[in-house]
Amino acid sequence: MATTEAEVADLATGAASTATQVEKSQLTRSRVRAAWLFLAPMLILLVMVAGWPLFRTIWFSFTDANLSDLSNAKYIGFENYLAYNDGEWYGVLADGEWWNAVWNTLKFSVISVTLETILGLVVALVLNASFPGRSLVRAAVLIPWAIPTIVSAKMWSWMMHDQFGILNHMLMGIGLISTPLAWTASPDLAMTAVIMVDVWKTTPFMSLLILAALQMLPTDCYEAARVDGIHPVRVFFQVTLPLIKPALMVAVIFRLLDALRIFDLIYVLTSNSKDTMSMSVYARQQLVDFQSVGYGSAASTLLFLTVGLCVVLYMTFGRVRFDGR
Amino acid sequence: MKRLFGWIAFYALVAAIILYSVFPFYYAIVTSLKAGSQLFSVEYFPTTWNWDNYVSVFREQPFAYNLLNSVLVSSAVVALSLFFGVTAAFALGRVQFRGRGLLLMTVLGVSMFPQVAVLSGMFELIRGFGLYNNLLGLVISYMIFTLPFTVWVLTTFMRDLPKELEEAAIMDGANPWEIIVKVFMPLMWPALVTTGLLAFIAAWNEFLFALTFTLTNTQRTVPVAIALISGASQYELPWGNIMAASVIVTLPVVVLVLIFQRRIVSGLTAGAVKG
Repeated sequence: MATTEAEVADLATGAASTATQVEKSQLTRSRVRAAWLFLAPMLILLVMVAGWPLFRTIWFSFTDANLSDLSNAKYIGFENYLAYNDGEWYGVLADGEWWNAVWNTLKFSVISVTLETILGLVVALVLNASFPGRSLVRAAVLIPWAIPTIVSAKMWSWMMHDQFGILNHMLMGIGLISTPLAWTASPDLAMTAVIMVDVWKTTPFMSLLILAALQMLPTDCYEAARVDGIHPVRVFFQVTLPLIKPALMVAVIFRLLDALRIFDLIYVLTSNSKDTMSMSVYARQQLVDFQSVGYGSAASTLLFLTVGLCVVLYMTFGRVRFDGR
Repeated sequence: MKRLFGWIAFYALVAAIILYSVFPFYYAIVTSLKAGSQLFSVEYFPTTWNWDNYVSVFREQPFAYNLLNSVLVSSAVVALSLFFGVTAAFALGRVQFRGRGLLLMTVLGVSMFPQVAVLSGMFELIRGFGLYNNLLGLVISYMIFTLPFTVWVLTTFMRDLPKELEEAAIMDGANPWEIIVKVFMPLMWPALVTTGLLAFIAAWNEFLFALTFTLTNTQRTVPVAIALISGASQYELPWGNIMAASVIVTLPVVVLVLIFQRRIVSGLTAGAVKG
């Protein structure tokens, strides 16, 4: 952009400019060369820690690799994914537990991101109002975000303890439940518990992103709405929401991608329980606990493809743009 | 009357938000100050100030090592990602060249990688370097999630710096490295603090790689150490110790976040909304 403008200006000044133009393009070329030189270390590092491991994982998924000896891996085609042998189907795609993990992950992601968005909106609207003590509230809201996921999982599993937990104590105190609940152990409640902790932990991120969008809104249309005496709820749905929709869509996809790869919270809160096992937990269990790197890599690759598919679908249907400006 | 009611409802909502955000951490502190069988009675306020749990965390396991490991790993991750981030952001933010947009998209794409998707390849890489059960292995593997967002945030920041500064420096015959160090770096302190802090927190909290790539107690980072604290049996977790350890690792982060809250908020939004 800068060069074209400069070139146009040069042409306008006439013949004497040819020399400076050559100089300018030389300068540009040396700058581009410097740019690549400065990019190289980052690119090499990124290829080393991201590109290569991803490539190797995909390769392992087509082999019978074992954790104790990775170098002896043999190519076995799609057998880790799906194979037919003696009247029975084998492979990740024929494993009921994998599909259970897929279902758990999708259920978890959709429910918790929806709840976070709604709660995040409420918190952001509160923080956007001006009232005494606002900065105190903002500081308080940031605390769950700052707490390490493992720590929040431990804190909540103590609060949800079936015998001594404060959550049961509170709920029984106000008469909502009559007997203590086993939050993390019972099959019906385990997923609820995971979602509760995740919502608590990640709502701050959501509300801060929404707050930033709210603070960039023009004030004049709100003035107009107030003068016309339009009800605030209507203003919210017809003015605010459409205006912050682009930012909201970006925040939602960030959270969705995070939720789809959830590992640590579930691993610590409910360990390898089937009721909450996510795709990441499944893949790691195969890889590390059962030592079958080939099979686990096939699961990892499927997770990668699922996440990729979600991004493509979301960007196509949500018309989200990521190109910076 | 209606206004008063609205006012009360609003402040009730504010109180609920504060309570909801702060209570779990507050309760962890209360629990960590209890001793013995006191743990098993629910109390909303601390009745005793007993520091035994804090002492026994350090006595019963190598928690001091774990803390040191976490500090070393996170600091190294911050230093490396800022260095690689600044040099790359200069190229991506200040120079127009073909393939720039594609590169930025690729970097953003990497930040969306599920960590599990690279787990077996990363394991092989780390073992190949002989860095299994070594802190350096963790530092290298953490680059996969700190580098993309460092590059991304610093690029958006670098792009908005005035062009005139750089032109003046070029006129004075400065080379690109001098431009970065002498012209841009002094202006970029806010962005460096923000991204550095975010990278530090991400590395401090990381669990999956730390769990998979370390083996012995003394090489573990804090999150793994806390997750693996166990008692005599599965049903007798030493909750007092766990809560004391949790408070120890969380307090510094919470203090940092509260001090730099404005910076962090602007960093998060620069990374997500503008990006």
